[in-house]
Amino acid sequence: MNVKVFLVLLLWAPTALAQGFAGLGTDATGFAVPERGRALQFPRDHGAHPAYRIEWWYLTMTLQGADGRDYGAQWTLFRSALAPEERTGWDSPQVWMGHAGLTTPDAHFAAERFGRGGVGQAGAEAAPFRAYIDDWHMTSTASTGADALSALKVEATGPDFGYSFELTAEGPLVFHGENGYSIKSAAGQASYYYSQPFYTVTGTLDLPTGPVEVTGQGWLDREWSSQPLASDQQGWDWVSITLDDGHRLMGFQLRGADIFTAGTWITPDGTATALPDGALRFTPLGTAQVAGRTVPVRWQIDWPARDMRLVTEPVNPQAWMDLTVSYWEGPIRVSGTHTGRGYLEMTGY
Amino acid sequence: MTLTALLSHWLRNKVQLAMLLAGLTLATALWSGVQALNAQARGAYATAAALVSEDGASRLVAPSGQMDQARFAELRAQGVLVSPVVEGRLAVAETRVTLLGIEPLTAPQGTAAALADGDLQAFFAGAGFAHPETLAEFSAPPMPLSPSNAVPVGTLLVDIGTAQRFLGMEGQISHLLLTGPAPDPLPDGLQLAQASEGAELEGLTDSFHLNLTAFGALAFAVGLFIVHSAVGLAFEQRRGLFRTLRSLGVPLRSLTLALAFELVLMAFVAGLAGLALGYVLAAALLPDVAATLRGLYGAPVPGSLQFSPVWALAGLAMAFAGAVLAGGQALWRLWHMPVLAPAQPRAWAMATGRAMRWQVAGALALGGVAVALAWFGSGLFAGFALLAAALLSAALLTPPVLALGLRGAARLAQAPVAQWFWADSRQNLPRLSLALMALMLALAANIGVGTMVASFRATFIGWLDQRLVAEFTITPRDAAQAVALEAFLAPRVNAVLPLRRVDATLAGFPGAVFAMRDHATFRDNWPLIADVPDVWDRLAAEDGALINEQLARRANLWPGDSVLLPGAGSVPVLGVYPDYGNPLTQAIVTEGWFDRLYPGTPTRQLAIRTDDPSATRAALLDEFGLSAQAITDQAQAKAISMAIFERTFLITGALNVLTLSVAALALFATLVTLSGLRLVQLAPLWAMGLTLRQLAGLELARALVLAGLTMVLALPVGLMLAQVLLAVINVQAFGWRLPLQVFPADWAQLALWAGLAMIAAAAWPAWRLWRGGGGPLLRVFAYER
Amino acid sequence: MTLLALEDIRKSFASAEGAVPVLQGVSLGVAAGQVVALTGESGSGKSTLLHIAAGLEAPDSGRVLIGAQDMAALPDAGRAKLRRGTVGLVFQQFNLVPSLTVGANLAFQARLAGVHDPEFCAALAVRLGLSDLLARYPEQLSGGQQQRVAIGRALAAKPKVLLADEPTGNLDEATGDAVFALMLELARAQGAALLLVTHSARLAGQCDRNLHLRAGRLA
Repeated sequence: MNVKVFLVLLLWAPTALAQGFAGLGTDATGFAVPERGRALQFPRDHGAHPAYRIEWWYLTMTLQGADGRDYGAQWTLFRSALAPEERTGWDSPQVWMGHAGLTTPDAHFAAERFGRGGVGQAGAEAAPFRAYIDDWHMTSTASTGADALSALKVEATGPDFGYSFELTAEGPLVFHGENGYSIKSAAGQASYYYSQPFYTVTGTLDLPTGPVEVTGQGWLDREWSSQPLASDQQGWDWVSITLDDGHRLMGFQLRGADIFTAGTWITPDGTATALPDGALRFTPLGTAQVAGRTVPVRWQIDWPARDMRLVTEPVNPQAWMDLTVSYWEGPIRVSGTHTGRGYLEMTGY
Repeated sequence: MTLTALLSHWLRNKVQLAMLLAGLTLATALWSGVQALNAQARGAYATAAALVSEDGASRLVAPSGQMDQARFAELRAQGVLVSPVVEGRLAVAETRVTLLGIEPLTAPQGTAAALADGDLQAFFAGAGFAHPETLAEFSAPPMPLSPSNAVPVGTLLVDIGTAQRFLGMEGQISHLLLTGPAPDPLPDGLQLAQASEGAELEGLTDSFHLNLTAFGALAFAVGLFIVHSAVGLAFEQRRGLFRTLRSLGVPLRSLTLALAFELVLMAFVAGLAGLALGYVLAAALLPDVAATLRGLYGAPVPGSLQFSPVWALAGLAMAFAGAVLAGGQALWRLWHMPVLAPAQPRAWAMATGRAMRWQVAGALALGGVAVALAWFGSGLFAGFALLAAALLSAALLTPPVLALGLRGAARLAQAPVAQWFWADSRQNLPRLSLALMALMLALAANIGVGTMVASFRATFIGWLDQRLVAEFTITPRDAAQAVALEAFLAPRVNAVLPLRRVDATLAGFPGAVFAMRDHATFRDNWPLIADVPDVWDRLAAEDGALINEQLARRANLWPGDSVLLPGAGSVPVLGVYPDYGNPLTQAIVTEGWFDRLYPGTPTRQLAIRTDDPSATRAALLDEFGLSAQAITDQAQAKAISMAIFERTFLITGALNVLTLSVAALALFATLVTLSGLRLVQLAPLWAMGLTLRQLAGLELARALVLAGLTMVLALPVGLMLAQVLLAVINVQAFGWRLPLQVFPADWAQLALWAGLAMIAAAAWPAWRLWRGGGGPLLRVFAYER
Repeated sequence: MTLLALEDIRKSFASAEGAVPVLQGVSLGVAAGQVVALTGESGSGKSTLLHIAAGLEAPDSGRVLIGAQDMAALPDAGRAKLRRGTVGLVFQQFNLVPSLTVGANLAFQARLAGVHDPEFCAALAVRLGLSDLLARYPEQLSGGQQQRVAIGRALAAKPKVLLADEPTGNLDEATGDAVFALMLELARAQGAALLLVTHSARLAGQCDRNLHLRAGRLA
């Protein structure tokens, strides 16, 4: 089996898990399982959790240039464990994957990095906080006493692009589900999931045409689990939206035999309300041909209980992350009953 | 219609047809067989190159040969895309393999592809991959191994952590592969090494492949002689038919086209047969070739053949080219033949008389080219061109010189039968000349290559005796064991001579620097082909370095010149030593200096001098607890070296036999086709009172005499060939020059073979003549021929 | 004195339909100095009879007496030896040895038989008009010249028996007549018994005796 295919399966493919792939189909292999009611602790939980099978540090940013032009950037570090522990040297069973994306209205750039734990090439340390692979890094610049994620420096480079950002959180951490215990299917698969959705961002994009100074907003997702998806789930559609009135909405639907939805409504002061299965409704409005596939890049998201109807338009419909593990990820503009900006991620197309 | 008439000739002359097809088949087979071998080997080098680097990707190396693993993370953190590699030799029972440790997540695509069918988790946990042929060599593999054709033969591909554990290199890496652009400036203490191993192998083995190609071309040429003579004779015999057809109004164009079509048809049939035969031949020879390449160059070549359509097409093309080359003359002559040209043998004879003069002129011209090449040429290609020109010149000269000899013999002959014998031999020479030229080439090639190999063997054995004086050598598991062994042995034996080396580029060529302890073992025995006075004292005084002959000849460095050693700058060359069987350059400095230049270099081997080998061996096994595999005694080492040597020339021997067989077949073909013509010449003798038995005996004797004369001619040509091989080709290809030694016993044996080949070729026609009871001869008197 | 005597010669050849009789009891004798012409249709067996007389072929039964010796009873080597010394052969195709000069061709059989007489040979060459051509090779000669060499070669060994198979068959009439006359003259002068196969009644008419072979029997 190809290394990269292996990673695809390990990280993304619930179907493979359903087929009992390499003994990874169950959590009977010693991996830790999220427990309801366990309180998250910081700074410890900002760092890696080697006992859990998968984990990520997922930052998306909606940005504008001085001329008002829209941009988007993504910085992600994935961790995947072959065994529920960390060992030093090449014996480490921890495998790391970095993704960086940069979207402009007429171009999309993506790059990836792979590495192993144990030898200092990649990792995520809680204090002082630093998540890194090669020269890509997300490093805390927070002052002592403040939450480590409240200020960050983030950098990445690809073969034809690069970026560097300073992020400052304007609000508290937000916990999804029940205090960070987030249900991922009707059958009860769950993960630990918290976010910092209140970043203001300044930084520089290195584009082939030259550097561009940008400002905007950022949203960091932290999630870890050992089996987040039910075996029949094929992929998901996920949005993080910052409304112009200061509210935030995180919502996703997991596509399987049945549709499972969940979401979090966040007030400007950080008060989070979990939205149960079925509260949100996702309706594709239009598709685009992207990398040889048909992808629903325009969506209508309804929250009937609040009479909310949002329509999303991609800044660039061609925001395909054409990497070993490929998916659609890019900035969106939101209109409808509310306006705002956000990020859309679609997998399994 | 025309074609039917033309083809009917072959139905009546089945033997001639068989010879034509056999000649072309054999020529194609030998050529394409050799090409298949070359392609196989080159493919294997590419596999090796793809595994360790991506399309010749560069490496970052440390001068000391290895670096701290931390350099990897450090460079990655700076954005330099590198992948770490740990490489070393591993002894597994009787087998020594290359252990290649890679980091699959950062490795180039080519390397990752080797893992295409594997399980990453098991790979991380210690499992590995090996070529199926390597796998077959282990009864107990050192780790769980899965088969993979993407891994070169003789290499185990494992995770970097696994390799470090097995090689005792924890925390160390051998080099870094660059998967992105090279950093500028280069990281501290690291150098950019551009050449990948595959490219190195390509360069080193080029000469070997050129050698094979030259043999293939020679065999092809010899095969074409058969085809040419068969086509030519068929043309002569069908002259009447052509005349008749032309008289009946068949246009010349149609006739020529029909003849060309016939040629193409035969080329196609023979080409296909030749490809099949060539494939079988290559498959049969490949294990030896692979063993040679592994033994001589460490080149990983699998022993099982793969089929390539490109190769097949090229082989067919060669068959067509050969047919056109061999049959073109006949077509040309047909095109220029007057409608009613009489079928007169005298015209043919006169034409051959003219041809003979052209032949001599051509031979002289080629001889001139050869002399010019010998004088002004340089390089391997010029060497082979010189050989080709000289051989072709000698071949062209063969018939005229034979004619001269036969004329002389005829002058001396008194008895009428003897007179006739010589005169008749001379008259038939033109018809036999192509086959005799083929025989001459085959014999000369045999003598030349045989002399070269025998000279080499004689020199090599003497050299081995000088070089392998240590009673035995020990290969320690790691650096720590080497130190322990030295301490353990020091009080028990006469001397412990450690072998340390670092890889280095010397005068631009890949090679290594070795440490040598100042010891009588070396002072008394180490062979030198050139040196300064007091060479050993000056070496011990850190006054300079010894270099091997390969380096001396490639870079033209001799005592008095200077060589650039890594870390030491320019140092004087104190002496040059022969270093047969090693494709790389070498330099030797004294031990103390070496350790200061390249500190921390581990000891790879220990040479032991002792008066009581068995006691020392017992002490090592019982007291020290060394494994028996780690000890190589002198006899073993010699046996291994000789085995490698013999294997290297096994393929040469096989090709020699094949070439000689082709020549014998050429003779057979010619003699069989001629036997009809011969009847006219023999019938009058029979009528005048010679018995059939006498005539058959004389036919055999003539064949033997011609073989003998050809052998006599081939002798100087062969010796010239040997001299060129030893003084030009070997120097260019391997980097060493050997003295020519002559082995007359071998010649006698070859003469015997030539005689046997000739008798084999002549026996059937002679037997037919004898046993035919005169019937065929009587028909000579009855019909117009 | 009869130098050549054939007694009740029988010969058949194997064919697909079984044995085909070619000679069915032929007897004849040729005396010293006598010239006997043998005529017959194509396929009547004339050439076979001549080959048997020369010992080139063995009869199925019957005797071939040359002098007192029965050629047919001898083994191959014995026949060859007898042929060498006592039989001269002249063929329609001349059948000279192409690799030898005219001179060497002339003397060849005589030397082979060990009875070479250089003076006689030279005289023969003069008589045959070949003196200027001795150094040439057969293929450089005209047909008539070649046949004269063949006759000279046959006679140089002074054979008791001269056998000729259509000696002028390949020559034009004038040349043929001249060559024929010369052969007759020389054979008679040497006292050889000459058996001549021809299909020309005109030539046969010049001989001492005429035998006609029809369906394997003398008519």
